[in-house]
Amino acid sequence: MKKATKKVTAKVINKSKLNDFVIRFANVNGTGSASANFLFTKAIFRMGIPVTPKNIFPSNIQGLPTWYEVRVSEKGYLGRREGIDLMVAVNPQSMLTDVKSVRKGGYFLFDSSKPLHSQYHRADINYIGIPLMQICNEAYTDARQRQLFKNIVYVGALIALLDIEFGVVEGLLAEQFKGKEKLIPMNVKALQLGMDYVKANFKYPLDIRVERRNLVKDWIMMEGNAACGLGAVYGGATFAAWYPITPSTSVVEGFSDFAAEFRVDKVTGKKNVAIVQAEDELAAIGMVIGANWNGARSFTATSGPGLSLMNEFLGLAYFAEIPTVLVDVQRTGPSTGMPTRTQQSDILEGAYASHGDTKHVMLFPSTPKECFDLTADSFDLAEGLQTPIIVMTDLDLGMNDHMTPPLVWDDKREYKRGKVLDAEALEKIEKFGRYLDVDKDGITYRTIPGTHPSKGSFFTRGTSRDEYAVYTEDSGSYQRNMDRLMVKWGTAKKMVPAPQVYQKSNKSENGILFFGTSQYAAEEAMDILKEQGKPVDAIRLKAFPFNKTVEDFINSHKRIFVIEQNRDAQMKSLLMIELQTNPAKLISVLNYNGLPITADNILTQMSNYLSSSKKLKKA
Amino acid sequence: MSYVRPTFRHPELPKNKLGYTIDYYEGSLSTLCAGCGHDSISAGVIQACYEMNIEPHRLAKLSGIGCSSKTPAYFLSNSHGFNSVHGRMPSVATGANMANRDLIYLGVSGDGDTASIGMGQFVHVIRRNLNMLYIVMNNGCYGLTKGQDSATADEGSKNKTGQVNLFESIDLASLAIELGATFVAQSFSGDKTQLIPLIKAGLKHPGFAFINVISPCVTFNNNVGSTKSYDFVREHIEATATVDFVPQMQEISVEYGKGSHKQVKMHDGSILDLHKLSEDWDPLSRQSAMNAVLNAKTKNEILTGLLYVNPDSQDLHHLLQTSDKPLNTLKKSDLCPGSKALEEINAGLR
Repeated sequence: MKKATKKVTAKVINKSKLNDFVIRFANVNGTGSASANFLFTKAIFRMGIPVTPKNIFPSNIQGLPTWYEVRVSEKGYLGRREGIDLMVAVNPQSMLTDVKSVRKGGYFLFDSSKPLHSQYHRADINYIGIPLMQICNEAYTDARQRQLFKNIVYVGALIALLDIEFGVVEGLLAEQFKGKEKLIPMNVKALQLGMDYVKANFKYPLDIRVERRNLVKDWIMMEGNAACGLGAVYGGATFAAWYPITPSTSVVEGFSDFAAEFRVDKVTGKKNVAIVQAEDELAAIGMVIGANWNGARSFTATSGPGLSLMNEFLGLAYFAEIPTVLVDVQRTGPSTGMPTRTQQSDILEGAYASHGDTKHVMLFPSTPKECFDLTADSFDLAEGLQTPIIVMTDLDLGMNDHMTPPLVWDDKREYKRGKVLDAEALEKIEKFGRYLDVDKDGITYRTIPGTHPSKGSFFTRGTSRDEYAVYTEDSGSYQRNMDRLMVKWGTAKKMVPAPQVYQKSNKSENGILFFGTSQYAAEEAMDILKEQGKPVDAIRLKAFPFNKTVEDFINSHKRIFVIEQNRDAQMKSLLMIELQTNPAKLISVLNYNGLPITADNILTQMSNYLSSSKKLKKA
Repeated sequence: MSYVRPTFRHPELPKNKLGYTIDYYEGSLSTLCAGCGHDSISAGVIQACYEMNIEPHRLAKLSGIGCSSKTPAYFLSNSHGFNSVHGRMPSVATGANMANRDLIYLGVSGDGDTASIGMGQFVHVIRRNLNMLYIVMNNGCYGLTKGQDSATADEGSKNKTGQVNLFESIDLASLAIELGATFVAQSFSGDKTQLIPLIKAGLKHPGFAFINVISPCVTFNNNVGSTKSYDFVREHIEATATVDFVPQMQEISVEYGKGSHKQVKMHDGSILDLHKLSEDWDPLSRQSAMNAVLNAKTKNEILTGLLYVNPDSQDLHHLLQTSDKPLNTLKKSDLCPGSKALEEINAGLR
């Protein structure tokens, strides 16, 4: 066993690494590491220090490498950062990669029950060997416990190494095992074993360590998918249909869990909700369209391949003007790609889903709070505009825990059901025309089946029809209808959430434009540029279609760096198509390796562009 | 096809209990070919709904794409209709039904729409026992694209161009029985006496009711050598029994023919009266129904009539335990947990 080394541990406390480091856990999936790792994250969160975890996991259930990366940031940066300060390497399969990915001067914590092979030796990092297996074999007899508690023992070791408050961790265990109190002492014992080993063998804490702060305010820690599910409950969805697909599965599962809590009649046991697991994504969206047509707020959730399958139905909902809510949790790649990695690569697919001339409203949440808000809002928007609304999140947002402001609901808020005629309103109308643009905003009045015995019935169809929903192949009627849909598109611009503009007045000739989970890294990059005396202006898109503010922002800057997480610069294309922006003005900052974008990456790409364009000018 | 409908109606057309004459149940003028079997089925739907005193606006009619799927425009113009996507009517009907359990759902499809592109949705809507009547207007060919064989065309059947179908056909009725459909019937568009009571019973059935109606395509599949031509069907038809549908609370007065007879009481008290029962067939047994269909097939006969019914069927709402009040009538007070609950959720996430 390579003894780790009292001499290399902290000589002087390095202030710059206090509450500012990245730790990565290299585990085998299916071994119970997830709950131990989350315990670690939550402990730091409870100490008031901003923290952001990322799951880097395989598309597999058991046996393959999985990583859990935690960034601790006093400054509150919640994006990913490259460079591992401490690697907890408990997976032999990935150990060679793991040892290489540690920063120079960083730490490598490993199971020293067996000697560490020389191939893992590096002179420029520090080794912390803890005989996890040996400790657990001595302390526990049950094989499963020996396995599970290895994870808790390394958390115990980290408590000592990083100076985490033990009481905080104990408190978390007490909450976790509420009702199963018998399990608490076993877990505390495991923590203690890890701590004791560190205390007996190493100088502690390390130079990377934590110290209590009061920086997380009243924020919560939540996954975006659960927040979408909860937003659908608050938004009044009564029906969901879905087909399981990573990484969107936990949206409807979240909806289902919250519905079990809030939508079941305590006396009769009957549910104010119905959820159907469909045979495929085509059926899922078909059901959602059927339910919305019949006046029930309903939604589905899917990811890339599912969105491809839903195209035909999205065209129907667009053309027949049926409210529809779809949450697309984007993942990496065309085809099956990397189902457990993140990306923002369904932008064009979402914007123009289906054949023929179509355009769809998209919303871009950046945080779990926005997942909640925008999902709830999407039902008002869908019924207001009578068209599909696609909530575009991604795996990073959906399946990772994020620090986010607390969720808020205004009890005075009413559901806006849009232009629906009831029996009384129909009585007053001489002749109902489903596609008659009465208000000249492109949005026409609809009726729900079963409303009135003799008025308001019409035939919903994907074929062309006139203002009275009667089938027609008349060119004029078809074109009139398509033009009216564009009037509606104009109305949509005023109804969708406005972008976030970061400055009152522009200060730079350079602007950056981003959306969704690129927010974290983009804001960090902005901070750094400001510190360097090179501030940039910024705008964060929250919706498509783009409104006037987006256009003005682009027009008032010399160049715009469009930051997005895909290869083909899809948002840039969308800006070019929809706003006729000069392509030369839009400079792409792209990240498409499947991992969340980092501030370093953004800064490097920006400075590369700026320095090369300077060189070009000189030449 | 005709392009003008006579506006003259007999001034003394009888009214049903709701005070509507039969023309109130009609739709717009059919654009299908003259003599199309589908028009007879539409007429059957009109007659059945009129006789059952159905409020048209309490019925929703849905379809996919194809000749058959056009027909909902040709009946019940006072009902909401939905002509959806090819092969996907079952999913739209499922969502619609989930939203409002109080309406009657009538789905119309064809053999292309159901047995090929829509096979996935067809089998799954059966599994879920959605409360609807699903009618397939089965002519063994793709009419709208000019006569290609469909998956229900029998092996060896000849189409208009003289081509012989090489492939085994999909038998929708036995497939439905196999998958657990709780009401399965087969009929012929040319036999209104049989079809109308079946439609009535199917509309009343509290679960998934399926009627496979052989409905010849006069333009593309009515030639000699086709097993879906009027002549062939008439010559090879065999009925399980003669069916009468007796609505709830109505006195039963049907004339019994020869042979045994059986009454099936439906959950709302309506009665399916079956007489001249074929031997060795029990409408309450899936196995017996399956045998009867296969036996007829072996004899090159088309078995029509009611094939199987489970009067104790429990539909999807029952299985999912959804509220008795239609979901589309629920208000914010029923649905939104409010700010206080949200604060508790926040507290649990700190």
